[in-house]
Amino acid sequence: MTHPRDRAQQQHADPGKALHCRLRLSHGDLDLDVTATFAAGRVTAILGPSGAGKTTWLRAIAGLEREARGLCRLNGEIWQDSEAGIFVPPHRRAVGYVFQDAALFPHMTVRDNLRFGMRHRAHRTGAHMDFDEIVTTLALAPLLDRRPPTLSGGEAQRVAIARALLSAPEVLLFDEPLSAVDEAARRRILDLLENLCRHTAVPVLYVSHNRAEVARLADHVLLMEKGRIRTQGPVTEIFARLDVALDAGSDAAAVVEATVSDRDEAWNLSRLTFSGGTFLVAGIERPTGTRIRLRVLARDVSLTLERQKDTSILNIFPATVTDLAQNGPAGMLIRLDVGGTPLLSAITRKSAHALNLHPGRKVFAQVKAVALID
Amino acid sequence: MLTPADIQALIVTLKLAAMTTAILLVFAMPLSLWLVRRKRRGQALIESVIALPLVLPPTVLGFYLLVLLGAEGPIGRLTTALGIGPLAFTFTGLVIGSCIYSLPFAVQPLRDAFAAIPRRQWEAAATLGASPLAVLLRVILPQARNGLLTAAVLTFAHTIGEFGVVLMIGGNIPGRTQVLSIAIYDHVEALDYTHAHILSAGLLIAAFVMLALLYRFNRSHGVLPR
Repeated sequence: MTHPRDRAQQQHADPGKALHCRLRLSHGDLDLDVTATFAAGRVTAILGPSGAGKTTWLRAIAGLEREARGLCRLNGEIWQDSEAGIFVPPHRRAVGYVFQDAALFPHMTVRDNLRFGMRHRAHRTGAHMDFDEIVTTLALAPLLDRRPPTLSGGEAQRVAIARALLSAPEVLLFDEPLSAVDEAARRRILDLLENLCRHTAVPVLYVSHNRAEVARLADHVLLMEKGRIRTQGPVTEIFARLDVALDAGSDAAAVVEATVSDRDEAWNLSRLTFSGGTFLVAGIERPTGTRIRLRVLARDVSLTLERQKDTSILNIFPATVTDLAQNGPAGMLIRLDVGGTPLLSAITRKSAHALNLHPGRKVFAQVKAVALID
Repeated sequence: MLTPADIQALIVTLKLAAMTTAILLVFAMPLSLWLVRRKRRGQALIESVIALPLVLPPTVLGFYLLVLLGAEGPIGRLTTALGIGPLAFTFTGLVIGSCIYSLPFAVQPLRDAFAAIPRRQWEAAATLGASPLAVLLRVILPQARNGLLTAAVLTFAHTIGEFGVVLMIGGNIPGRTQVLSIAIYDHVEALDYTHAHILSAGLLIAAFVMLALLYRFNRSHGVLPR
């Protein structure tokens, strides 16, 4: 996936480095054992129920879990190698960590909070982060002289994100940064994060249990369960996996990457191109060429064997059934391939039987509704 | 108003209190941090030892120190061998005794202040590249300011007020080990109530003023400035 690169990226003289880790840690109920590589410039979401070990994993990467064993390195730079007895302390690892609770320093102004990382790491490594640019991006100018106890949850989290960015990190770790933030602030910060993630040159790890956030931000998804990686892959693949979708219940949805191609002015509709065709959608006011992500709920996709002629449904695509799974006592969840893009369809078991659905079966997917993920 | 001996006692007292406070702050800070940072085996034991002076009669503590530091005691022998001579009945001996006696007054407020700072603050500072020393100086100590002040004032005031330990280990040598509380005792013994009154009232007022200022400061700075 290529994105337009902006100034922030050009400031990084060297290309970002990949993070590789193989870590084990047992404490309490948790038995963590994970191995993964996080590519530079890619956002990897670590998704899973609470207690799955997501946060512990991030903490171990940052060096905050002393008992973690294994290997962790950023390209050639070894942060931890338990067999060789190497454990680089957290302040020597160039991570930008955004905690769930912001963790700002209450005795300092917002400005001093932001400068803290610049002073302690950015100056040492010689990396240059533009204070004014980040303050502008995160709209922090009016807050600079305030103290953290007077900030709202959303404001505090924006400061925390800026503080992490200004410390010249080579890995960005987000630990459920939006879980303690109200809905309005959440949408705003998601906009900012999406923009930041799109332009970053470092590996970004984003821990969450919120599928909507992940669908919005992530390129790659690691699904965790009980301290292990259950499955991983591109976000469009993972959300369309039947076992993953079944967990989401009636919210099961496919994530589709599309580009705004043009507008049908006569009918006030946008044409959104994806690998399987073109959606005609109302109410998406984005400039031509914009890359967007769409959510297509499984319950909004019905199936026919013949292309329907006289129907109000605008978006009909030829598709191939790739997988089926029982969905409750009366339902079936069908995974489809539409020109390389996976879609999901939730229908009744009776209909699936009537249409004789099986992997490889050619059908037509009728998409009733498409929503922009924002 | 004050006799020359009273003025000498005042100087000895202030010197003793200042030195004890300085030494204890330096020593109690790492100790309190250690007590707060992690729960370890043996911690309950150490905390009990630190708290002992709170409940022990000062004469008991003074007696053991006298035995230890005196010419025949193990530490006394060591210091004699080193050419320092026994520490009993010296100002140095007084400082050692006061430090032990006032230790809980330094440790308690510091430990409470450090414990009130979330661990997350250490972690956030570390992920921003701050070394442990930088975290201590720029994040922890500024937030523990009230605790530091409380520890200093309590240690200072408590050292000025001590009697039993000082009497046992320091004796009552004017100009060297005679402190105000003992000077008062001497005045009373000599039925010189006038001077006993002057010194007692002075100490009472000084102690009250110190505590009043401390509580006022802690109240106005107890919540972080807006």
